[in-house]
Amino acid sequence: MEFGLSPDQKLLQDSVRRYTEAQLPLDRIREYANTKTGFHTGIWNGLVELAATGVLVPEQYGGAGFKMLDAVVILEALGRTVAPVPFIGSAIMAPAAFLAGGTEIQKEEWLPQIASGEVKFGVGVTECISTRDSKGVTLSGDALSGNAMFVIDGGPADVFLIAAGPDNMAIVPRNAPGVTVTKLTTIDYSRMHTEVKLENVKADLLGGKGKAGAAIKQTILAGRLALAADTLGAAEVMIYKAVDYAKERKQFERVIASYQAVKHMCAEMIAELDPFRSLVWYAAHAYDEVPGEALLNVLLAKSGIDGAGKFIIRTATEVHGGMGFTDLMGLHYWYKRVSVNRSLLGTPEMLRNEAAIAQGWLAA
Amino acid sequence: MDLSFGPEYEDFRAELRSFIEKNKHKAPPPGMGMHHPGPQEQDWQKLLIEHGYTCRTIPKEYGGYGGEADILKTVIIQDEFARANVNSGLSGQGIGMLVPTLLERGTDKQKEQYIRPTIWGEIYWCQGYSEPGAGSDLASLRTNARVEDGHFIINGQKIWTSSAHFSDMCFILVRTEPDKPKHEGISYILMDMKTPGIEVRPLVTMTGAAEFNETFLTDVKVPVENVVGKRGEGWLVANTTLKHERGMLGDPSQLLGRIESIVKILQNETLDGKPLMQHPMYRDRLVAAQAKTEALKYHSLRLLTHTLNNEDPGVSRLIIKYYGTTLSRELSDIALEALGELGSLYDGSPHVRSHGSWQWRNMFDLGLIIGGGTSQIQKNIISERGLGMPREPKLAETK
Repeated sequence: MEFGLSPDQKLLQDSVRRYTEAQLPLDRIREYANTKTGFHTGIWNGLVELAATGVLVPEQYGGAGFKMLDAVVILEALGRTVAPVPFIGSAIMAPAAFLAGGTEIQKEEWLPQIASGEVKFGVGVTECISTRDSKGVTLSGDALSGNAMFVIDGGPADVFLIAAGPDNMAIVPRNAPGVTVTKLTTIDYSRMHTEVKLENVKADLLGGKGKAGAAIKQTILAGRLALAADTLGAAEVMIYKAVDYAKERKQFERVIASYQAVKHMCAEMIAELDPFRSLVWYAAHAYDEVPGEALLNVLLAKSGIDGAGKFIIRTATEVHGGMGFTDLMGLHYWYKRVSVNRSLLGTPEMLRNEAAIAQGWLAA
Repeated sequence: MDLSFGPEYEDFRAELRSFIEKNKHKAPPPGMGMHHPGPQEQDWQKLLIEHGYTCRTIPKEYGGYGGEADILKTVIIQDEFARANVNSGLSGQGIGMLVPTLLERGTDKQKEQYIRPTIWGEIYWCQGYSEPGAGSDLASLRTNARVEDGHFIINGQKIWTSSAHFSDMCFILVRTEPDKPKHEGISYILMDMKTPGIEVRPLVTMTGAAEFNETFLTDVKVPVENVVGKRGEGWLVANTTLKHERGMLGDPSQLLGRIESIVKILQNETLDGKPLMQHPMYRDRLVAAQAKTEALKYHSLRLLTHTLNNEDPGVSRLIIKYYGTTLSRELSDIALEALGELGSLYDGSPHVRSHGSWQWRNMFDLGLIIGGGTSQIQKNIISERGLGMPREPKLAETK
């Protein structure tokens, strides 16, 4: 019985955290974010060197062949430092898609390039969850047309995986004829998502025509878990920033950390967040080892931590007082990361509705 | 991540399961039981002790099983009795708090005299800690004792003494050294409830039941050898027990059971002709609470792992009481509000659901939020011990 990180996972956590924390002090978080590209070559190459980009890619395809819980450890470190990299799209969702539904040829072509970081993927599955502005991509014959919204990490991507309906997913190079990419700037400058417009685009279909249903589900599952892990890291940093600030800041001749009003806010934040760390870990464990429990636990983990995150970004900012509201303090980078994570791949209410359906509590 | 218990423990679990199956007809109904243990409970308790399913680590010479401390077995025992919904033996403050305290701090004579009858259900104990003026700030208690020819003479008033009306004995904190600083003037004393001068008055709570008592003490004579530890060390002695308190790992199985009950309500009860489950507002709240309950379940496994590895889980443990009691109340809120007007029925009213138990639960949940260290005290503990934030400075003496 050992519920927690293994010694190897703790080493991985140490090395990734040491790297990201050294490379991403606040001034660089600010500098990189303000490029509004969602990408920094140096950080990306560093992650390649740590073998992080190949975390989910099996060894036979040139990756590290690790498990989802290892990926969660990396994702948390990236969330902690608001890292400007397309990790969720390229290193989590894309390999999940290929492993769940790619043909052998597709896996051999793309997985090694994902692991080596040479090719970065953006993933468009939003319309499989919820449609806005009547967007979406359809496949007719062998040509794709339409608009995919909120293609995750599409900004720096070289290739897209775009869902067309519930059963098809296309592998679309950014420079293919008929592809138009539009940046969608969110409040979070550390990552860049895009709209991808396809006009009569002929593309390779993941697993063949009509064969990507399971892969799309697995891609969404992996993406949601990744977002939850990212929020876990970013939200926890905000709590400890608030605690540290409160221990320094003096008002009425005492540090504000000695006021119960402030202490109780901090206690509430950690109490809201910490049990969800355990649930995120279990969901990651289930992803690999107990597949039948993965869907429900991922839905509960993301919706739960989104809720905790909403409370924490507000409360941690309030503990900082007026300074929390300034750019100088920089707390807003974490705030925005957590806030955008909440809106991606299903908001809490949508996820909870799905969880009720997944448990057979009502007809789908 | 390895969530298996291993063969030794799975064997233990299988043995326990077949024991429960074979013997459950002898078991008294599960539950706290607001009464003195009777013969059926005492016999069941002895059978459980004999097999090491309760009082596992209490030495044989004092009537226990005399086993090694093994938290995994403890967890398996808790799980299996809960799963079978079978009485898991006697609980209460005597077994839960007094016995571990005596084992650590009692004299040989005290251990001899009290442990066996306590764990066998022959002596029932109540706890005399809180007072009307000493709640969260317990150490400011004022019930006092002077010493006269070999006896403490106790005077004062205790409150929240649950079970006092049927208890045989009370472990009580009294001020014996009035000139010492407040934490150093307290003694931990074992008091026979039949001693003249003790008056127990039931304290009816908002649920309508008398779950607690007020206990008035007037010149109550207790032999001086009934002090545990030394005179004036009572605060220390009382704190020995805190680490033995149950619920240190969090006990999500009850809450998970309550989620299941709410699912049934939402599926079986209708609103405007449709099952409640088809109304998204209730469903949404249920799943939100389920997420927290599942999180608590895995959190408990994480804490268990820390305990097995002799690591201090720090803030992760300190949040348990606050988190668990808040969540419990959230669950009963959902049940009541989903039931609407029907949820407000009580006292065997026509149309009442589950005998009004959700209303009782909802009120009692509030009691749990307050009792055993209020949520506000918990937040002080979380922030001070868990996050390293400073204590609020004491008010300077004012005129």
